[in-house]
Amino acid sequence: MILARSALAGSCAEAAAGLKQTEKVVDDGMDSIRLLNAGEQGLVVEFGREINAELNKKVHRLARKLAAQTIAGITEVVPTYRSLLVYFDPLKISRACLADRIEQLLAAQEAQLPEQGEAIGNLVRIPVCYGGEFGPDLEFVAQHNGLTVEEVIRIHTATPYQVYMLGFTPGFPYLGGMSEKIAAPRLEKPRLKIPAGSVGIAGSQTGFYPIESPGGWRLIGRTPIKAFHPESPNPFMFAAGDFLQFTSVAADEFYAIQRRVDNGTYIPEITSLPRG
Amino acid sequence: MFTTINPGFFTTIQDEGRWGYQAYGMPVAGAMDRYAYRVANLLVGNKPNAAAIEMTMLGAAFKFDDEQLVAICGADMQAKLNGASVKNWSSFIVPKGSELRFEYAASGCRAYLAVRGGIDVPSVLGSRSTYTRAKVGGLQGRALQQGDVLDIGQDIDSEAGPRTLAAQYIPQYDQKVTLRVLLGPQDDMFPAEAIATFFGSCYTITEEADRMGYRLEGAKITHIDKADIVSDALCFGAIQIPAHGMPIIMMADRQTTGGYAKIGTVIGPDLMKLAQAKPGDSVRFEKVEEPAAVEALRAERQLYLQILESFKPKTAVLSESLQRYYQVNVGGTVYSVAIQEVFE
Repeated sequence: MILARSALAGSCAEAAAGLKQTEKVVDDGMDSIRLLNAGEQGLVVEFGREINAELNKKVHRLARKLAAQTIAGITEVVPTYRSLLVYFDPLKISRACLADRIEQLLAAQEAQLPEQGEAIGNLVRIPVCYGGEFGPDLEFVAQHNGLTVEEVIRIHTATPYQVYMLGFTPGFPYLGGMSEKIAAPRLEKPRLKIPAGSVGIAGSQTGFYPIESPGGWRLIGRTPIKAFHPESPNPFMFAAGDFLQFTSVAADEFYAIQRRVDNGTYIPEITSLPRG
Repeated sequence: MFTTINPGFFTTIQDEGRWGYQAYGMPVAGAMDRYAYRVANLLVGNKPNAAAIEMTMLGAAFKFDDEQLVAICGADMQAKLNGASVKNWSSFIVPKGSELRFEYAASGCRAYLAVRGGIDVPSVLGSRSTYTRAKVGGLQGRALQQGDVLDIGQDIDSEAGPRTLAAQYIPQYDQKVTLRVLLGPQDDMFPAEAIATFFGSCYTITEEADRMGYRLEGAKITHIDKADIVSDALCFGAIQIPAHGMPIIMMADRQTTGGYAKIGTVIGPDLMKLAQAKPGDSVRFEKVEEPAAVEALRAERQLYLQILESFKPKTAVLSESLQRYYQVNVGGTVYSVAIQEVFE
């Protein structure tokens, strides 16, 4: 891998000498990774500008590396679909020095072959009771795609979805990989109150609402699990980079799980996914 | 312990914010005007992260069960202690059984009330800041209501007594604010003319201005192609430009990610000016480069140290060698006078 810097780019040493630091472009051979400004305390590592599973994996790989490194001066790292926002204290580490450290990590990331057996994230099972009062738009999604309700459920539960990022509300997962066969447009008029746990579809995206909130997604079911539990020692059930798989449960099982969630005895079904 | 007699318009408990959970979609929240919040804590000798009360536009009223040392900073909400005016940007003793009342903000938008020891509410994910949209932090995750009783914590850092902040540290809130902006991360989605418009025009703060963000209106900022991006992270001060071309500046309660192109970011030290601006006030943007932005941050941090230094008791140091003796004739009587220079 070749690390190419734009003509204007500075280095740690140059910055120390007082030279100007502007945008950097790192060429990793496949695509160019850009280092951008987000205020004096933010550095964006942009892997691309589109939604793409491979790109998102690179984002989370770098996020994990940064978490493991504990570089002095980094205050927080926020991974998203296609970029990483690194919050830092410029009085503790200069942007140029931080950029150098990140470039070194990126270079190592490219050079290293993925290690066999290294976990790439968790697979979390999300039990869902589809249709009925829990999924008022399930019929619409089926009709819209010329499918039966059962076929929609079968497709929705068939594969794990990668958690590209969390956002919108605490614990809200933006998932990738849903089949276009069950895609459906958003509601023209968003609902003002959607119950916590509601599972929805918007375009070719799917996800669920961890807390009660307004929203325009088509609701197909509801999960009894709490993805956001602020008082718990593990307040978030999953992280960006993990995978979720929805499984269909009947109403009686929904309520049984809900009781266990409420009395704190529910243990989420989580398995570690090896790098494959 | 003290009780909320009148909650005011929108009064919440805030600290430095809930850092470390944005990757999980958890907004940071925290004091909107970190300067006024920080100085209020300094005035009562609190730790920098002690929880304080943030009032918006129309202040609250409290009744104190015990004697407390409190400080008020930020917007001038014409505070009155048992009916008598008390000075903004000062700390003072509130005697047992007193009522402290705040009124409409005569200048600025947000006032901070710090109590020595901090407000004791449970820390949720490492912070006491209220984030009302997810009902997290503060008192039951909501704005204060009439009858709410607040306990005092133990977030004390240093000795403190009644103090007034020196005039040079008191900001003047203007209805015209200039905010320094660092371009990026998506400034390349705007043509040069649009960037010139952005820096050359005057924008007005609309009614849609709250802890989440400030919507402005004024000259339209056009995009080269589209306004939407694949969502990425939003920092405090990020300036989003949706397709309608009017800026939205993201504030303390901003959602962690957003889908509009960001032309630039208001630098951290200037956000206090925006936090104290109200609907109808005007905003201009001034382009800065990174070294100037970092320098401004350094200056802000320096200011806190200077303020802390200014509170230290002044002990006179006398030096014999610098004594001067004079004979002064006043009305026919001769006086011997010794003069010493006094160093702090």
